[in-house]
Amino acid sequence: MDAFLAYLAAQGDRLFASTLEHATIVLISVALATVIGVTIGVLTYRTGAPRRMALRVTGIFLTIPSFALFGLLVPFLGLGTTPAIVALVMYGLLPIVRNTIVGLRSVDPAVVESAQGMGMGRYRRLLRIELPLSWPVIITGVRVAAVITVGIAAIAAVVNGPGLGKDIFRALARFGSPNSVPQVLSAILGIIIIAITIDLVFVLIARFTTSRGIRA
Amino acid sequence: MPDMTTMQTTNGAEPMIRLQELTKVFPGQKNPAVESLDMDIPAGEIVILVGPSGCGKTTTMRLINRLIEPTSGHIILEGEDVTKVNPDKLRRRIGYVIQQVGLFPHQTIADNIATVPKMLGWDSKRIRARVDELLALVGLDPSQYRNRYPKQLSGGQRQRAGVARALSADPPVMLMDEPFGAIDPITRDRLQNEFLRLQETIRKTIVFVTHDIDEAIKMGDRIAILREGSRIAQYDTPARILSAPADDFVADFVGHGASLKRLNLSRVRDVELVDWPTAGLESSPAEVLAALRGSDKGAVLILDGGRRPTRWVTGRELGRADQPIAELGHPAEAIVQRHTTLGDALNEMLTSRVGCAIVVDESGAYLGTVDFATVSAEIQTMRQDARDRSRAEADEIHGSSARNG
Repeated sequence: MDAFLAYLAAQGDRLFASTLEHATIVLISVALATVIGVTIGVLTYRTGAPRRMALRVTGIFLTIPSFALFGLLVPFLGLGTTPAIVALVMYGLLPIVRNTIVGLRSVDPAVVESAQGMGMGRYRRLLRIELPLSWPVIITGVRVAAVITVGIAAIAAVVNGPGLGKDIFRALARFGSPNSVPQVLSAILGIIIIAITIDLVFVLIARFTTSRGIRA
Repeated sequence: MPDMTTMQTTNGAEPMIRLQELTKVFPGQKNPAVESLDMDIPAGEIVILVGPSGCGKTTTMRLINRLIEPTSGHIILEGEDVTKVNPDKLRRRIGYVIQQVGLFPHQTIADNIATVPKMLGWDSKRIRARVDELLALVGLDPSQYRNRYPKQLSGGQRQRAGVARALSADPPVMLMDEPFGAIDPITRDRLQNEFLRLQETIRKTIVFVTHDIDEAIKMGDRIAILREGSRIAQYDTPARILSAPADDFVADFVGHGASLKRLNLSRVRDVELVDWPTAGLESSPAEVLAALRGSDKGAVLILDGGRRPTRWVTGRELGRADQPIAELGHPAEAIVQRHTTLGDALNEMLTSRVGCAIVVDESGAYLGTVDFATVSAEIQTMRQDARDRSRAEADEIHGSSARNG
């Protein structure tokens, strides 16, 4: 424990920088995954075959072992931040696509019909009625995606990606040497803090961006 | 034979809505859901589409605002063929109310009502004024309900908000699909009455779908009874549908008790009231007895200072009259007003010991009574009218075919 605290004291600044890097790459990936995932959901939720296809493909992404996926991207995207972000976006898609589809499909058909009956066109209906009503479900999907990605982002170190993963891999490579255990633990602590913070932030975002009329 | 669908059109005035050979065949179905429907819907009237489930009444209604696109035929709105115009623009000219109401749960009642005015680009001041005007019109206090969300309203209040929303841009036409279908019977009755009163001031052209013939009779200026394929079995006033059903299908659909239902179309003010002897609360027993002897009735109605009925007193009760008049006999019950339907008055009569319903004016003052003989005579008159009309029609048909032959 003393060793751990001493390590934190000595490496605090560097750890803090790595933690910020880690959080940044997660947020960038989740933002991209949200734009892509919501778009896929909106395009496919009303048609059977494309909808099943979207869910299956994004589901398969999530089952690929992360170590392998990062490695597979290197020949195409090289090392560094780009393959890391691409892989994280792929992992984040399923919860977002699935929740977008579920959310849009659970909007009361009578509400949509009355909107249509009043002369709201397709886009207006989507933007003003369907997306706001499915928003609590969609934002939950984004939150799940973010929390998943925080953990997986550590593996991005294998492609020389940024973040706390580097600390974990370095320490494991020289396991048994002094400071290796405090180094792993401090990286894990950083990841946990990021995950909890992101989770809380999303709960707050969901609360303040959901209409009072549909809040539980 | 005169064309069933157009013969009722009001003295040549242009109908608000005209459906011409309107047909809808859903993909993959052999039989059309709506088959070559011709129908005129006169301005300012409530026209009810009623029929057994699956007859195509809702499909027909949804063809009018093109939520369902017709396979062939034409929809004429205010003289303009709207079969091919932009459907969203068309729908902003037509109010739409459905059974589930479909208020937007994430918007306040005010925002819900403002939906169409916003799309039409009204300025916010005009929208706010219109929202408050409509809320008041449907009986929801604007200051109390404007900023509420739909989930904070009862079923009946939501339905009223739905009507307000449909009226927001003052469309000439409203389509209502079983609007009171999901509401408990007592609230439904009240909403129906409120809506009829509202219609007296707004005078919209309303197409109203229901499967309930009693609701059709109550709400409709005209009723179209539809059979499968949305073919019109009879398109007529409620009175004529009840007294002269066009065929067995209509008679079956109207069901038993047509005479009783017909009674709901006549009101107390339509019949002659029967007078009973009356006396004031302060009268002496002798005066009451004199009033009784001066008539052929068996009881005297005691009125208070405002001529409001208070008690019935019979001759026998007067005999042992050492009590004040106010404690004799029994309380006057079964009190109705001039706008009460004869059906409801009959119901009241059945509970009255004297066998008649007392009619009072708005202040509660005595006007006269309605008794069984009055109702029975009214039923006779209705039957006679119906017979006369069918005979006249038969003669006409016979006459025209004779001329043609």
